[in-house]
Amino acid sequence: MSELDFLDRIDLASVSEHPHRLAALDAFRAAGFPTRRDEAWHFTDLKARMRDFDWAQKGDQAVLALPDLSWAGVVLRDGIWDAASSRPAPFMSRLVRDEVVRAGSTALVALNAALGQDGVEMVLRDGEEGGTVMMVAQAGASAQPITPRYRVVLGAQATLTIIEVAQGSGAYVHDPVWDITLGPGARLDHYRLQDESVQSVHIATVFVAMGEAAHYNGFTLAVGASLARSEFHVALNGARGDVHLNAAQLLTGRQHGDVTTVIAHKAPLGASRQTVKSVIDGAARGVFQGRIEVDRIAQKTDGYQMNQALLLSPEAEIDSKPELEIFADDVKCSHGATIGALDPEQIFYLRSRGIAEADARALLIRAFLTEALEPIGESMARPLFEAAIEGWWRRAAL
Amino acid sequence: MLEIKGLTATIEDKIILKGIDLVVPDGEIHAIMGPNGAGKSTLSYVLSGRDGYEVTGGSVLFDGQDLLAMEPEARAAAGVFLAFQYPVELPGVGNANFIRTAVNAVRKARGEPEMDTVAFLKEARAAIKRLSMPEDMLKRNVNVGFSGGEKKRNEILQMALLQPRLALLDETDSGLDIDALRIVADGVNAARGPNFSALVITHYQRLLDHIVPDRVHVLAGGRIVRSGGPELALELEAHGYAGLEAA
Ligand SMILES: Nc1ncnc2c1ncn2[C@@H]1O[C@H](COP(=O)(O)OP(=O)(O)OP(=O)(O)O)[C@@H](O)[C@H]1O
Ligand SMILES: [Mg+2]
Repeated sequence: MSELDFLDRIDLASVSEHPHRLAALDAFRAAGFPTRRDEAWHFTDLKARMRDFDWAQKGDQAVLALPDLSWAGVVLRDGIWDAASSRPAPFMSRLVRDEVVRAGSTALVALNAALGQDGVEMVLRDGEEGGTVMMVAQAGASAQPITPRYRVVLGAQATLTIIEVAQGSGAYVHDPVWDITLGPGARLDHYRLQDESVQSVHIATVFVAMGEAAHYNGFTLAVGASLARSEFHVALNGARGDVHLNAAQLLTGRQHGDVTTVIAHKAPLGASRQTVKSVIDGAARGVFQGRIEVDRIAQKTDGYQMNQALLLSPEAEIDSKPELEIFADDVKCSHGATIGALDPEQIFYLRSRGIAEADARALLIRAFLTEALEPIGESMARPLFEAAIEGWWRRAAL
Repeated sequence: MLEIKGLTATIEDKIILKGIDLVVPDGEIHAIMGPNGAGKSTLSYVLSGRDGYEVTGGSVLFDGQDLLAMEPEARAAAGVFLAFQYPVELPGVGNANFIRTAVNAVRKARGEPEMDTVAFLKEARAAIKRLSMPEDMLKRNVNVGFSGGEKKRNEILQMALLQPRLALLDETDSGLDIDALRIVADGVNAARGPNFSALVITHYQRLLDHIVPDRVHVLAGGRIVRSGGPELALELEAHGYAGLEAA
């Protein structure tokens, strides 16, 4: 389907006449879905996937259970704030989009800006401790692209943990955009679980702007979608910013998963650590692109990036593209990439102890992921993520 | 009881085992000695079911069951335990979690109830104490960063907790200091009883001072070329393997 066919499907009458929206719509029309000719999308052919996209595969949203909402949180259904299921924390509110949302740098962000109905805003005062909140996006009943916008603003020294869950059934396009601003010394823990239906397309874009000594601690686990991409743009604008940005993607069948990160060190003494792991089975394909930019002024930057793939079948594929762009002379930046398979010696060792072959493989895959899961520590989010890994394994073993 | 008859096996078309006949009755400990490359580890791997070996002839019965027809995990459930000559490292897998998973897999296969973490840790700590091992061994990743001797002791810890009916100890004494050697031997001796038998592969008479075997066999060139009582080990220590292969 071309962009025009795609837009034909959309009820454009409902698109607001706000100039920001119209400009964004034009921007999307002009750019179109990215193709492999776009350098940033060289390994992920969204246009081709959209061409075959079958909107008719409908899911039954009623079958989806909400994750345990013992924390405060907001549920969006097909991108719309669901007041009945939500228990927003005092600092969470519905985002008035026309006023704050502008077209962004990429076609998908422009699409989000043009079409987005609802959004969630989380604004914490200086020193405020927000605790843990859930942000659940459920999808399935929508023939329209789902384009929520999240705006997070943490004042100086404020802290917040967000557990984000995206899930759904049937075929849909989910295009969420996060716009995060961290004040001096603020800390955001952002744990993301992408557990979309396997017919869906999920393209998330996360922008993080960090003040002095701010801390962004992120972990994304991607197990769903037919095509998924999580794209991060993190800017360390103040000195001594600290970024921990980990991800794990588990892919099987014909799934395509992409983790793309751009970390821009724009001030001295910043640190960024990334560990991205891909487990790829069947004829699935994984992509990791990670760019670290170090400006001339960003002396004493400490950047670390590790990207590892475990290929479980002969047709499984990974493309990985690390890029370091360093303009400062006194920095420490390292990156590494490994690709491997499960080790038959290790499998035999486990089996010789009575552990069945499938369990031995699951244990080793879980072990492979351990380092990537570090940012979630022993937080209350852990059981949710462990269950998602376990569920993927059961599905892949079928 | 383990009964090996006329066992022949190849690896990558190379004939390694050329007709092994060996019976280990319940409650007995037999030692296997023999030169490097004789096929001792190959025998222990074939018995525990490692991939890559082709059994071209003969049979192995364990308690009357056809051992060679079983998957490695089924052999473990039936009570076979291999202490590896080179224990494998499992980065990212905690030792306690690993051993508990193994113990519960085996218990489940035997129709016994699984052990919860608390009960398991209690047993594991008691075993560690008995074997004079450092307590942090349970917390570390399986064999990762363990010294050579620690890896061997970890094999014995697994043996103590899995309580096999047949232990195959492949050079568990190699690389052990004198105290560790005694610890490992104590571990085996503690398991001794009417329902436990073992094949102890070793190059050194020293171990057999601590674990006194019922029989000693010499494996050379893919065959058992001599068998005798514990005194055979002393004789080998004095005269070496020269001339045995032809015997
Ligand atoms: N994968 C393999 N490919 C080819 N040959 C092999 C392979 N594995 C083992 N062998 C050969 O099989 C023979 C027997 O090896 P094995 O490890 O059983 O000897 P061993 O008696 O245990 O020796 P050691 O006392 O040195 O441990 C050796 O000649 C060895 O090189
Ligand atoms: Mg050997």
